[in-house]
Amino acid sequence: MPASIFSALCSRFGEQLFHEQLTRDETPTIWTPQGKIVPVLEYLRSEADQPYRMLYDLTAIDERAGKSKYNGTCEFTLVYHLFSFERNAFLRLKVALRGEFPSTPSITHIWPSANWYEREVFDMFGIRFEGHPLLRRILMPTTWEGHPLRKEHPARATEMGPFRLFPEKEDREQEALQFNPEEWGLRRQSDDSDFMFLNIGPQHPGTHGVLRIILQLDGEDIVDAVPDIGFHHRGAEKMGERQSWHTYIPYTDRIDYLGGVNNNLAYLLSVEKLAGIHIPQRAEVIRVMLCELFRIASHLVWYGTFAQDVGQLSPVFYMFTDREKIFNIIEAVCGGRMHPNWFRIGGVAQDLPQGWDKLVREFVQYFPKKLKEYDKMVMRNAIFKARTVGIGVFSLEEAIDWGATGPNLRACGMDWDMRKKRPYSGYEQYEFDIPTGRNGDCYDRAVVRVQEMWESLRIIEQCLNNMPEGPYKSDHPLATPPVKQYTMQDIETLIHHFLHVSWGPVIPNGEAMIVTEATKGWNSYYLTSDGNTAPYRVRVRTPSFAHMQMIPYISRGYTVADLLSILGAMDYVLADIDR
Amino acid sequence: MEAQYWWIIGGVLFVLLNTAAGLIWLERRMLALWQDRYGPNRAGPFGILIVLADTLKLFFKEDWIPPFADKVVFVFAPAVVVASVLMAFAVVPFGPGIVVADMNIGVLFFLAMSSLGVYSIVLGGWASNNKYALLGAMRGASQMISYEVFMGLALMGPVILSGTFNLSGIVEAQRGMWYIFPQLLGFVIFFIAGIAETHRLPFDIPEAESELVAGFHSEYSGMKFGMFFIGEYLGITLISSMIVTLYFGGWLGPAFLPGVIWFVLKTFVFIMVFILLRASMPRPRYDQLMEYGWKVLFPLSLLNLLGTAAVKLFIDK
Repeated sequence: MPASIFSALCSRFGEQLFHEQLTRDETPTIWTPQGKIVPVLEYLRSEADQPYRMLYDLTAIDERAGKSKYNGTCEFTLVYHLFSFERNAFLRLKVALRGEFPSTPSITHIWPSANWYEREVFDMFGIRFEGHPLLRRILMPTTWEGHPLRKEHPARATEMGPFRLFPEKEDREQEALQFNPEEWGLRRQSDDSDFMFLNIGPQHPGTHGVLRIILQLDGEDIVDAVPDIGFHHRGAEKMGERQSWHTYIPYTDRIDYLGGVNNNLAYLLSVEKLAGIHIPQRAEVIRVMLCELFRIASHLVWYGTFAQDVGQLSPVFYMFTDREKIFNIIEAVCGGRMHPNWFRIGGVAQDLPQGWDKLVREFVQYFPKKLKEYDKMVMRNAIFKARTVGIGVFSLEEAIDWGATGPNLRACGMDWDMRKKRPYSGYEQYEFDIPTGRNGDCYDRAVVRVQEMWESLRIIEQCLNNMPEGPYKSDHPLATPPVKQYTMQDIETLIHHFLHVSWGPVIPNGEAMIVTEATKGWNSYYLTSDGNTAPYRVRVRTPSFAHMQMIPYISRGYTVADLLSILGAMDYVLADIDR
Repeated sequence: MEAQYWWIIGGVLFVLLNTAAGLIWLERRMLALWQDRYGPNRAGPFGILIVLADTLKLFFKEDWIPPFADKVVFVFAPAVVVASVLMAFAVVPFGPGIVVADMNIGVLFFLAMSSLGVYSIVLGGWASNNKYALLGAMRGASQMISYEVFMGLALMGPVILSGTFNLSGIVEAQRGMWYIFPQLLGFVIFFIAGIAETHRLPFDIPEAESELVAGFHSEYSGMKFGMFFIGEYLGITLISSMIVTLYFGGWLGPAFLPGVIWFVLKTFVFIMVFILLRASMPRPRYDQLMEYGWKVLFPLSLLNLLGTAAVKLFIDK
């Protein structure tokens, strides 16, 4: 398959234009000349045999520093990740950009979802996209100087000099906060009415975090909605470049802060791919079990808050009580709760504690009864249905166009679950179904998530009954930290232990990306290593970013109250959007 | 005679205001009970002094009027809700002879006063000069005015049956049979309209927390917010006591307890229903509420009125 798309491109556009790069994750990676990228993408999306319909990710790499192989041949690399459902394959297109502040054609006319990705690349790297409808900063404040992911931009506060807020600067900052509809591409009035602009957020009980949505209202009807994100931006990608491969794990916990170890897994799968580590079976099963427990915990938070968004006050209390029961298990196993930081390069931090099976079994027996109760309380409630059925509808084509993944994609009727279709961490050994919806409305998205909790429960039960014996961490030299008992007998391991803990492990050159089915959709870490103790570039592709971008598209024409249903059903986490 | 009136007025005021304050505690405790948590349980026995603590806190808060608000109206609005609800209580017969003003147009007076309550929402929302408050006020105005209609029409059932607008008369007329039986439909309509009138969940659309932050009273704080708060609980008490008066025989009950006690007991049952509703129901959308009102409740209340009148005429013949 990989060869075929390369040869298809060559036969279509000419032999010499492209060249293929070998990567660790074996994703076909094709260097494309800048001038040809737009027709190539157009071809891949619609004309190619088994087309690549989804723009999964778009990012850039600053190649000017370090021992990067491409240092000197180009200053920046643009990386397009496409996905083809027919082929079940990713495709990575790379474009070499020359110059300090390069510019390149925008592809927003091919994929609407490219809009925010291009804005992010502009914000982070200063790369301009010609023909972009509204190329403004997306994560950083408009007054920010510099582009954070460029290598010359400081990563530590101590590199930046003391912060001072002079009166002129304060005025400038205040001025920048003034709301000006034209800046956001909004009109103040139509032919027959003046619009009202309503800020939902940044502090609002219905947004589940610091998110601002500018609503252009005609009465209570939404004419347009413009999400303003970035309030939760903590520079997780930049931090990756100065943390060792090992010490970055806790940062991943905090990306989708409801997903816990699911984030660890997405990151570590890529690291382990780069390092060529195989995980012992017991560690894999432990990982799966914890991931599924966290999936239920995350879905429970969504379930309760969604019910609350449509005005139901009580379910959230019951669901948080159940989530607490999951956290009791997690606490017994990991010591942590929301941010367990528990997976390690090559396995997990510790073996399961004694009596873990009793805890898990109790939960597996207890939870189905509660799920049935919630079904009666929420899903079959007539008012709840009236608020969610037929609201925020998008079709399967629209979902793919906008890069919607996970339960939101499945609610449109496609049974695409990465755990089944591209299994990782041994998911192919488990029996579970992929729940799907039909109509792609808020209610179906809810149905899919509720069903997923049942399926997760099934997976947990299988983990419980078939937990293999054996080591919980690989004995690969790059497993960090190495298994303690070996360090007592073996000088090599002792040295590794010392170096990995003080400097961090050196992960071999290359790049890798493993896409996982996280709680909210596809999550992946596209890691580039230049053979150092820290990644050269960490790209965190999160599902919520793509989902949030859809909000304006699917909320036009609905009312303010519907917007809350739509937001609730999307199931996003602000840290997952802003990183 | 004169002194007796003052005793009744003073007693009613005292009991009502304390009930409203007590309801805040009661609701928080009951919600907590139904939601698997504790609720306020620290101040005083079972946390009942929380109300006192809250009131003190509200009194000591800065009496803040936003600079962009319309000051006079902003201050005036919260007073309207409390005043109008308290006025409406004037016609409620709490027991045989225990009524502030035994008017022969009691039912109409109640309707008039509860309609005035909408001014509080509209003026408060408008004077706040805040978009959330404005949206809340608009929703509140249309919701309350619409539901006023069905409420009035449903009320006509007991009036036709008893042949009087006097509330004490209506209670007396229920000696043979409570009006809940012949007027079941009317009761349901009145109850639903009553929830909308007090804008409580599921019809708390004017303040819809997850959408409009706090709706029409977003800008209010301190004791002015306290007035809206007390007004809401007084409203619940008022609607509950009206339900009891019109459909559940008012103070009537077996003789081993005095009439007032029966009245209070029955009223508390309905207050608890209000609280239970809040614990269990989601909130419909604003247009769904209006649609439900005009397309379902309105025809039903007309039907109820026609039916009741026809039956009454037939029996009287």
